[in-house]
Amino acid sequence: MIKHLLYGGLAVLGMASAVAAADSPASLMAQYAQQAGVPISGLSASRGAALYRTEHPGRNGEAVSCAGCHTANPTQAGRTRVGKRIEPLAPAANPQRFTDAAKVEKWFRRNCQDVLQRECSAQEKGDFIAWLSQAR
Amino acid sequence: MNYLLRGIGVVAAVGVFSLLAFSLPSGDAHGDGGGNVLPRTTNKAWQQECASCHIAYSPAFLPKASWRRLMGGLDQHFGENASLDPATQADILRFLEANAADSGTSRMGSRVMQSMGTNQAPSRITETRWFVRKHDEVSKSVWSRKSIGSAANCAACHRQAEQGVFDEDTVRIPKQ
Repeated sequence: MIKHLLYGGLAVLGMASAVAAADSPASLMAQYAQQAGVPISGLSASRGAALYRTEHPGRNGEAVSCAGCHTANPTQAGRTRVGKRIEPLAPAANPQRFTDAAKVEKWFRRNCQDVLQRECSAQEKGDFIAWLSQAR
Repeated sequence: MNYLLRGIGVVAAVGVFSLLAFSLPSGDAHGDGGGNVLPRTTNKAWQQECASCHIAYSPAFLPKASWRRLMGGLDQHFGENASLDPATQADILRFLEANAADSGTSRMGSRVMQSMGTNQAPSRITETRWFVRKHDEVSKSVWSRKSIGSAANCAACHRQAEQGVFDEDTVRIPKQ
């Protein structure tokens, strides 16, 4: 009986660690490409760069863009509106980026609303990571 | 009993245990530091989530009613979308309420409450009379200096703000 419980426990632990398995820029790009119904080669770094740089009218009429807080160069640290440092977005400068799918989704949800006044599509998210992954 | 049933039993037991463990308030107070030093009160989600954009403002700076309203409107948080998943949001709110200015858990909180009318629930810490009085010698031009930006940026002058230390000795106002 104890042995069986132990095996059961190990199986649960195994499942938990599979769920917590680290994501990577490549695995997230694959997921977003799949959601968008395109092959990975259908993601575009240049469209991602345009998404990052393009200014849009914000809620208060001022121009907002990703680059506004993250700076024009994503390998550099940015600043939040109240002056707190934002670690670089590009994985080349900050290997922690795009390693946690839930965190990535949280920030896309928030920041796409702030910059575009809507959610981003899977295609846009994939393009965005494609551009940042190759930023040096 | 076959293995499948046992497996389900174990999964259920683990599930119930983790539900219990994670639904308990996870805040931990270690007593009041007194003076202008905040109690070393922490909560993992509060620190992680609130401090991703600004310092994790102490719960003792606002009353419970303020925190409730603020946490209920995170999708429009002072002009930004700061929405959270419901479980994290509830965990942080529990921590904020348990240690709010009117929770009676800190001297700093009592001071904030002393200068506030009953039923008042300011949206911003900088709107409390306590904050205004404490900063009455700081002129408008100082707040707008480039390295400060706004009164929300405590750490620009209170160099140990992230550690909860607001003693006058630790204040260095940047020149530009």
